[in-house]
Amino acid sequence: MVVYLFLLLLAIASSGFLLGRFKARAAGVGQDVKMHSLDGYHGWFVAAWAGIPAVLLTLLWLLFQGPVIDWLLVGSLPANKVQAIDGGKLQLLVSQIKSVAAGNIFSQPEPFVVEAAERYNRWKDIASWSLFAVATVLALVGLLVARSRISPRFRARNGVETIMSGLMIACSVIAILTTLGIVVSLLYETLRFFDRVSVVEFFTGLNWEPQIPIREGQVTAGGAFGALPVFWGTMMIALIAMLVATPIGLFAAVYLTEYASARLRDVVKPLLEILAGIPTVVYGFFAVLTVAPAMRTFGEAIGLNIAPNSALAAGAVMGIMLIPFISSLSDDAINAVPQSLRDGSYGLGATKGETITKVLLPAALPGIMGGILLAVSRAIGETMIVVMAAGIIAALTLNPFEPVTTVTVQIVTLLIGDSEFDNPKTLAAFALGLVLFLATLVLNVIALRIVQKYREQYD
Amino acid sequence: MEHQVVEGSKPVTVPALDPTITARGVNVFYGDKQAIFDVDVDVPRNAITSFIGPSGCGKSTFLRCINRMNDTIPICTVTGDIRIDGEDIYDPRLDVVELRARVGMVFQKPNPFPKSIYENIAYGPRIHGLTRSKKELDELVEKCLEKAGLLKEVKDRMNEPGTGLSGGQQQRLCIARAIATRPEVILMDEPCSALDPIATAKVEELMEELKENYTIIIVTHSMQQAARVSQRTAFFHLGKLVENGDTRQIFTNPSDKRTQDYITGRFG
Amino acid sequence: MTDTQSGLLSSQHDWSSAAARKRVKRRYAADRRLQFYGIGAIALSILLLGVLFSSLMFTGYVAFYTTKVALEVPFAADQFDKDKLGDANYRGIAKTAFLTYFPEVTSRAEQRNLVKIMSSGAPYIIRDFVVANPDRIGSTVTIQVPVSDPFDQLYKGVIPRYIDALGQDRIALFEKLQRRNVIKIEGGKAFAATDIFVNPAEIPDGDITKADLHGMVREGFAAYYPKQTSRAYQEILAEDASTQVLRAKIEAEPGIVGKTVTLMLPLAPAYDELARTGASKIVNPRFGDKAEFVWFDKLISAGAISTPFTWELFTNADSRYPELAGLAGALSGSFFALLVCFLLSFPIGIATAVYLEEFAPKNKWTDLVEVNINNLAAVPSVVFGLLGLALFINTFGLPRSAPLVGGMVLALMTLPTIIVATRAALKGVPPSIREAALGVGASKHQVMLHHVIPLSLPGILTGTIIGLAQALGETAPLLLIGMNAFIPSIENMGLTQPAMALPTQIFSWADSPERGFVSRTSAAIMVLLGFLVIMNILAVYLRRKFERKW
Repeated sequence: MVVYLFLLLLAIASSGFLLGRFKARAAGVGQDVKMHSLDGYHGWFVAAWAGIPAVLLTLLWLLFQGPVIDWLLVGSLPANKVQAIDGGKLQLLVSQIKSVAAGNIFSQPEPFVVEAAERYNRWKDIASWSLFAVATVLALVGLLVARSRISPRFRARNGVETIMSGLMIACSVIAILTTLGIVVSLLYETLRFFDRVSVVEFFTGLNWEPQIPIREGQVTAGGAFGALPVFWGTMMIALIAMLVATPIGLFAAVYLTEYASARLRDVVKPLLEILAGIPTVVYGFFAVLTVAPAMRTFGEAIGLNIAPNSALAAGAVMGIMLIPFISSLSDDAINAVPQSLRDGSYGLGATKGETITKVLLPAALPGIMGGILLAVSRAIGETMIVVMAAGIIAALTLNPFEPVTTVTVQIVTLLIGDSEFDNPKTLAAFALGLVLFLATLVLNVIALRIVQKYREQYD
Repeated sequence: MEHQVVEGSKPVTVPALDPTITARGVNVFYGDKQAIFDVDVDVPRNAITSFIGPSGCGKSTFLRCINRMNDTIPICTVTGDIRIDGEDIYDPRLDVVELRARVGMVFQKPNPFPKSIYENIAYGPRIHGLTRSKKELDELVEKCLEKAGLLKEVKDRMNEPGTGLSGGQQQRLCIARAIATRPEVILMDEPCSALDPIATAKVEELMEELKENYTIIIVTHSMQQAARVSQRTAFFHLGKLVENGDTRQIFTNPSDKRTQDYITGRFG
Repeated sequence: MTDTQSGLLSSQHDWSSAAARKRVKRRYAADRRLQFYGIGAIALSILLLGVLFSSLMFTGYVAFYTTKVALEVPFAADQFDKDKLGDANYRGIAKTAFLTYFPEVTSRAEQRNLVKIMSSGAPYIIRDFVVANPDRIGSTVTIQVPVSDPFDQLYKGVIPRYIDALGQDRIALFEKLQRRNVIKIEGGKAFAATDIFVNPAEIPDGDITKADLHGMVREGFAAYYPKQTSRAYQEILAEDASTQVLRAKIEAEPGIVGKTVTLMLPLAPAYDELARTGASKIVNPRFGDKAEFVWFDKLISAGAISTPFTWELFTNADSRYPELAGLAGALSGSFFALLVCFLLSFPIGIATAVYLEEFAPKNKWTDLVEVNINNLAAVPSVVFGLLGLALFINTFGLPRSAPLVGGMVLALMTLPTIIVATRAALKGVPPSIREAALGVGASKHQVMLHHVIPLSLPGILTGTIIGLAQALGETAPLLLIGMNAFIPSIENMGLTQPAMALPTQIFSWADSPERGFVSRTSAAIMVLLGFLVIMNILAVYLRRKFERKW
């Protein structure tokens, strides 16, 4: 249905183009006056007016049709059936009605459900037919109005360019809308979560057991939403990752910028970039397949008991992923140190090593710090490695050989499979998501500030 | 202040000045900085006028006012009155695109589009809808190349990229491209500064021919060039128009001390 | 001039003194040390990269061939209904054809075990063959069907027939006994020579219960392992046999009560074997019993087993059985998601970049847009998944698990990459081209459309391909919007149908317990990396080929 509508609109817009160009050509030939704009622009002008408003209308309609019909549906249900049940059950009821409407009847539904399903189907039909009609009429009206404006003096090119500018502005607004969408949707679900679970408990509680089924009416009584162990695990794995990535990345960058020959650089840099281009799910599998068993075997050999999903294995693999990140940002920072500082140091008879450790690294420190902060933000937001290689049970431990869990692991495990949007378990994932979003945002802003300040210093 | 220009105080040797372009009280600002101060100038029809002066004197800036190229710099504002054949080119109702078709421009560095020679010239007529058919367009392209004295050299390689030509050929291609939109005025912003002497001579020769049909303004830092090619010369200094008049008179008997200092090489 | 302090400056430093030489030497050593660390860091990174790839290849290459058994299938015409070719008893047909290799196996229970060697997908393969070639009914056709996963892995040498029955710690424990000369081998059986004190307190009434004997044996044996739990002794000794030996001894010589005797106690089978042969093996629990190996060896010696290339990896949909699981569903899901991602992010990205770079006035609003784009590039991918779940699925009611939603989420993530690349490409077009076009009277939009965008297209495309390559490997947001649905069929794929993507397929296979999925996962990763390599090579090629030096 929708596909046909889009095809129809496309057809109307194309014929608008042809009609517009034809009329412009006729107008140009008939008179001595020179047309202001090329014929094609007249065509585009008509096509744009025929197509764009109708397509926009269709998209908005499609976005809001579902929620509106759902709302109407709930409103039309018998009051005695709706009042007694809470939000989650209501949602269940609505989806039952929908599946009945789609023809999937598993057991004998109640008569009011069947009625509602019929209503639902009827409304859906009405909605799609009226969309069809309204969009077509809008397209035709747009076509005719735009076409009537064609004349030799009509500035069709300027019109088309204004439309283009409008479209470009609309596109650039999408970035803002995305951020807004993230903030609003996370915030909304988080507030619903904090309706059920106290903020204090979430941020200070030591017990995280969201998988416990919580009966209705006892939502907060279960009280297993203390996220502190989750935050702790996230920080621990990020710390391990940074302990792996920072020295390796930094030393590699120092060697590549100051010691390596151009040829070696040309070989090594792309190799490090490969490390950066590998999808994280591959790193996750690598951790499970190779790193964790290797660590376990090594631990057994020296008498340590390392869990198969230890924080160490997940953190180390994440560290490998971050090596190229640290090395390229440090590389930039070291390269940005002006040659004059190097010359000054060499001029005093310093060795290369002394120049690096005493002059270049201190001078590049803000840039390197910025890079490290960006890497930390990556590490705490990284998902697949920890989902596959770290634990699910939240534990407050200092031992890197034991499993810990992270914010991202919890988000994924809480939301994977079917999710009821009324369950504190599901909502908890959004609360964690909001914390994650804000934490990475703050880290990024600070890091970018530092890097920018540093750049200005040498520009 | 209005007519501070020294016009009246000196003998005018060009008899009938039939101005195409008249500028009155033109000021140009880059943000808070003023680049052009209250310039009045008349440019005669079917002649070559050269703007000379030391670097940074505002001659190029003023030239770019005449086809409103300065509009493309966001912080640049132009005040005053510039008319071409009596028509105010800063009239908000005027379509700047049409203006630029009527006032062609040739730039300091040859800047052919990275397309074929043919496409370089055909582009302007095409976007302005100047020709009705492919045949007409072909003829126009050939005519422009011929006018620019380039036809013989490129006749067999019209579909090769314009960027493959030599510097002098590229600049003549740019001139051909400029005349393809049938302009009344051609602005040339130091068109020979990137060329060797032989190519320069060819371009100058071309300008001489073109002046029969077009009003040409050339900005140059070479006084010899100004003396060779132009009939009238305007001398700019520190954003002000110091002197404007017949070329021979400016070079032989300048009325302003600064002009004299400049043409005798004391500064610049 | 006559300043007394000038003496400090004018005094000579002796560079050739031993102390000075040593100092210089030390400084150079520090320099070399730093270099060494650098080389070490680079070598380690490259080594890790190498380990990553080699471990993937080492585990993954076996998935590219499948162990198959050739079935001679007689298609008797009376087995099929012409109008319902798909409904014949293919299970029976497959079973009969397979059992012809084993005429000697007649018991139903054995046959049931035997058929487990063949993949449970065999009937469907035969069905698909018949449906595709109805003209072959009436003839006998040789069809290759996969063997089930354990035998596939066995034939490829991934898993052994027998595994160690005992863990390393148990063997260490046992070796301690051997070192103390406790273990003796007599008549092909191993015994533990154990000193047992026949405690009269344990058998006060002369009625010897089993528990009494247990206690005595335990006590005697525990002497060897003062710190171990009684589990150790219970495992090593054949318990009941040991108590019987003791009971027999007591009954034969009642006089030993109250004395210590040395008894030869029999060992548990695993330890017995370990003592005799130095190793102890049991049948790999992935197989039923030894008889299956005999059957399988018979198939091998009959020449029925072959290992052709696994085209099924690319043509089959997902399956619970690793020998049948393929990537076709995941590939099509990824394709549709990337298509949507491209169709959305490419035009929107270019439009945004062109607007910001060429048209936008410098003001608070455009600053806001820029800040937003920079931040979006750094938002964790899982947050985009949350956005997709809450906004696209929950609020707008778009279908779950659909490539449409996946593509939309990926598009939002790809946008910053495309925008940044496009802006860089636009900046690369020199202003002289813009001036030239403006000079002949092109409008700003025409300058963009006719000159600047075409000239920066290689750069834009390069950035887009790199962005799409990132999107192809993105997993977490797809998991959240449910693009890890189990789809065992490749019919009915579409933008709004539940689907799987390549990385989520990898994730779900990596989570599966069957041994065959390990190599399948590695193989899927190799396919994914293959696509990424192709895309990146394409991007590099575009950049090299069309890069312009202005």
